Amino acid sequence: MRWYYKLSLRLRSSFHPQLVEQDLSEEIRFHLQHQVEESVAQGTDPEEARFAALRSLGGLEQVKQECRDMRSVSLLENLLRDLRFGFRMLWRNPGFSVVAILCLALGIGANAAVFTWIEGISLRPFPLVGHQERLVAVVATEPPGNQAGGSNYNSISWPDWLDFQKSSTLFDSFIADPIMGTTLSIGDRAELVAGSVVSSNYFDALGIHLLLGRGFQPEEDWGRNGHPVTVISHWMWKERFHGDPAIIGKTQPLNGMPHTIIGVAPDEFYGTFVGRPIQFWVPASMQELFIPRGYKLEDRSALWVEGFARLKPGVTMEQARAEISAVAERLQTRYPATNRGRGVEILPLWKTPFNQAGTLLPTLEIALVVVFLVLLIACANVSNLLLVRAFARGHEMTVRLAIGASRGRILKQLLTEGLVLAPLSAAAGLLVAYCCRNLLIVFFPSSGGMVAHLRGEMDWRVLAFSAGVCLMSTVLFALVPAIQATKIDMAGSLKSESGAVVGVRGRSRLRSSLVVVQVSLSFLLLVGAVLLVQSMQRTRTADPGFATRNVLTTAVNLRSAGYDVQRARNFQDALLDRVKTLGGVESAAFARVRPFSYATYSSAPIAVDGYQPAPDERPTSEYNQVSPGYFQTMGIPLLAGHDFTPADDETAPAVAIVNERMVAQYWHGEDPVGKRLQVKDKWLRIVGVARLAKYGSFGEPPKPFFYVPLRQDFSMRTSLNTRTMQDPGTVATELAREIHALDENLAPSEVITMRAHIDVTALSSQQVAVALLSIFGGLALLLAAIGLYGVMSYAVSQSTHELGLRMALGARASDLVRLVVSHGVVLTGSGVLLGTVTALALTRLIGKLLYDVNPRSPFAFGLALVVMMVATLAACFWPAWRATRIDPARALRD
Amino acid sequence: MGKPTDLVQGTLDLLILKTIALQPMHGWGIAQRIRQVSADVLQVNQGALYPALHRLEQQGWIRAKWGESENNRRAKYYSLTRDGAEYLRQQQAQWSRLSVAIDLVLETT
Repeated sequence: MRWYYKLSLRLRSSFHPQLVEQDLSEEIRFHLQHQVEESVAQGTDPEEARFAALRSLGGLEQVKQECRDMRSVSLLENLLRDLRFGFRMLWRNPGFSVVAILCLALGIGANAAVFTWIEGISLRPFPLVGHQERLVAVVATEPPGNQAGGSNYNSISWPDWLDFQKSSTLFDSFIADPIMGTTLSIGDRAELVAGSVVSSNYFDALGIHLLLGRGFQPEEDWGRNGHPVTVISHWMWKERFHGDPAIIGKTQPLNGMPHTIIGVAPDEFYGTFVGRPIQFWVPASMQELFIPRGYKLEDRSALWVEGFARLKPGVTMEQARAEISAVAERLQTRYPATNRGRGVEILPLWKTPFNQAGTLLPTLEIALVVVFLVLLIACANVSNLLLVRAFARGHEMTVRLAIGASRGRILKQLLTEGLVLAPLSAAAGLLVAYCCRNLLIVFFPSSGGMVAHLRGEMDWRVLAFSAGVCLMSTVLFALVPAIQATKIDMAGSLKSESGAVVGVRGRSRLRSSLVVVQVSLSFLLLVGAVLLVQSMQRTRTADPGFATRNVLTTAVNLRSAGYDVQRARNFQDALLDRVKTLGGVESAAFARVRPFSYATYSSAPIAVDGYQPAPDERPTSEYNQVSPGYFQTMGIPLLAGHDFTPADDETAPAVAIVNERMVAQYWHGEDPVGKRLQVKDKWLRIVGVARLAKYGSFGEPPKPFFYVPLRQDFSMRTSLNTRTMQDPGTVATELAREIHALDENLAPSEVITMRAHIDVTALSSQQVAVALLSIFGGLALLLAAIGLYGVMSYAVSQSTHELGLRMALGARASDLVRLVVSHGVVLTGSGVLLGTVTALALTRLIGKLLYDVNPRSPFAFGLALVVMMVATLAACFWPAWRATRIDPARALRD
Repeated sequence: MGKPTDLVQGTLDLLILKTIALQPMHGWGIAQRIRQVSADVLQVNQGALYPALHRLEQQGWIRAKWGESENNRRAKYYSLTRDGAEYLRQQQAQWSRLSVAIDLVLETT
């Protein structure tokens, strides 16, 4: 009960101070009256008795004050008084307040913004889906050597997926959702939209309540193309169907087959693919229609399922991993032909390899580090400002100390002043973050007509994070000056301050070191930004092993238009003939997958006569389906043999063209032309050897790869590549005309140069990193320059006397400028030195984002140095100029 | 700040607590009672009494209530709380130990 008395007393003291005061006065008066009455009763004169009573009390006000102290009124009241005082100080120094709040707002805002991105992309990417912390991405692993496309992870076959689901006890549910795209025409509008083939439990397992209609039924997982039903997104319902309330039961053709619309997803639900909003969902039974290369629901060797699983509450990643790996091992034993060496791995959402979460992770990590550095620089600036003010208030502090304030009390007061600054800045910072939460998309180019979709998520976690950042920064920026201020040497400060010399004053040492730290941090960011820009330049001019300048690329999707194979073959032949006759066109060819695109190449186990694989090795290679003329069009030289011919059609013997790397690996460098290559269970005769190229990304290692004729492994969704000197616009019109002539319902997708296409796919995540680092690097540079400027102008203002003396003794303006600037350069120099050491140690961390650039590139360090020096000179210019304007007579007199 | 030393402060606390343990009293009464009971040996420093009362109240050992004094004036009466009674018991025991110890030292030398 004691705490209750205590609390109520405290509250009374804090909120009814006048009542407490009244009580105190009355109590003391009562005492005095008694004392006086007693004395009077003993015969003393009343007036005399009164004085005696007051004397015996030892001073009325002192006693009262002691009583107040005993009530510890001071604690809360002092805090309130400090806060009021802090606000008044801010109000009275608007210049200081604006700069300080701006610096902090930028620092805190940048941190909060990046955290909204991390929250919205990595941690909780799927709005409306509950318990995302228990969701994990499920992927297959391959033994080393069989890695397809340079990634360690692979998709999973449908039968394996079902076995995982059936045999695991630690998972609530498995949710399959591989992404696919289709060209959607409703009325006269055609657009490429993203869809998803999902397991029937999709909406239930995610806890998504459909706005209209129903989700999928378990039986809709089965039956080859047996259940043409679809759930559409809220956006599609509103935009394409004008929010038709009677939409359920209507049909919509998708990939040439009418689908019954059975449900509409709620607003804000964008599906479960980070980076693209999904517009429609179809059940697994419709796989064959939407996922290329045939019917896969009963094929354990067809890897196409991507998806997530939700752990049961309380299950750790390790337990779940152990269980599901055991299932994968059992599958290896039971189905050695398809599953040998294939494991399974579960990954937290932010490492999901099959969507943008994984690709953006390194960029976001770097962004987080960078904004933290920016925050440090901002804090150093505010610290510096507070230090200047603390020095300006040195006299005030000294007086406070002299009349008996404890150092702790002063420390508390200065920290409180910082505390006033922090929430204001945090509020401004959150506003900045709110405006920037969806900014990431700006840096992220859309590709292939599909809208990119990356959003920041501002929830209580972001707010908590920002509050934490704010608190930490308050301590950072307010503590140093506060401690410094309490170290005042009383005797020294009560004397007047004069006779300072530029740069050697002991007090400015702390401020100078803050500037050195700022310079070194911003130097670090500059180096990083230059490295990334350099890398982007290299990527932009890098040679992927095929021509990029004079090749235009587009795509024609006959599958979405509902063609059958024979009709598609005829169409492709006719189109190719027409395109070749267009003016300026040198050659043209189809390819199923265009290099550097998100679409994946076919991949198959291979065997070669005379090549004995190691016991654990399952030779696998990716390959592409191309029409005759592809190599000429793409400018890929054939090193031996010859190109495919129109005669290599579905009736002719199967043939292949292999790349250099494959020759080196499987034929030990011997000319393989005329030899055999087994792909799955089919033998192909090798007719040519193509030069090595990059297939998916600039960063990939040289890998075995081969080509087969499109006719012998047909696809209706192909890219059309044209070698021409014409500009894309002209060709686009002509191409559209030719296509229309063949089928008036068809239109090509965007016609772009191969270079533009590569830039979009290969540079997107780099571009984000470059943009972020350039913006934050520039911000850091600006903040550091402001800090430097502050220190320099303070130094000049404090050493007016010395500078005046020098002038009086004959120093010229240029000498003074040199004196001031050299001080600035020394500061920057030390900062750059420190920054160089740090950068040498740290830049390799961004190595994975760099292409063909040494993380310790002297060029980057040199350029950063130049920029830093220019900023230094700019920051020193004004103080130096002011130094030359000092009137020596006045300076000496004062 | 001129605070009393710990020994004096602790002693005064003990005297106050003991005095109001019998019945609620106002400040003046407490000072008088201590003087009377100690046969005028202990003169409570009036200037120290009220800060001590306020501190004890703040610590929750005693509580204050306004009441009528013997000559019908409004006075602030202090009484022991339950925690305060326990605290008094402890302090009293400690004081006894201390005084016995001091006696021992004084007698042997």
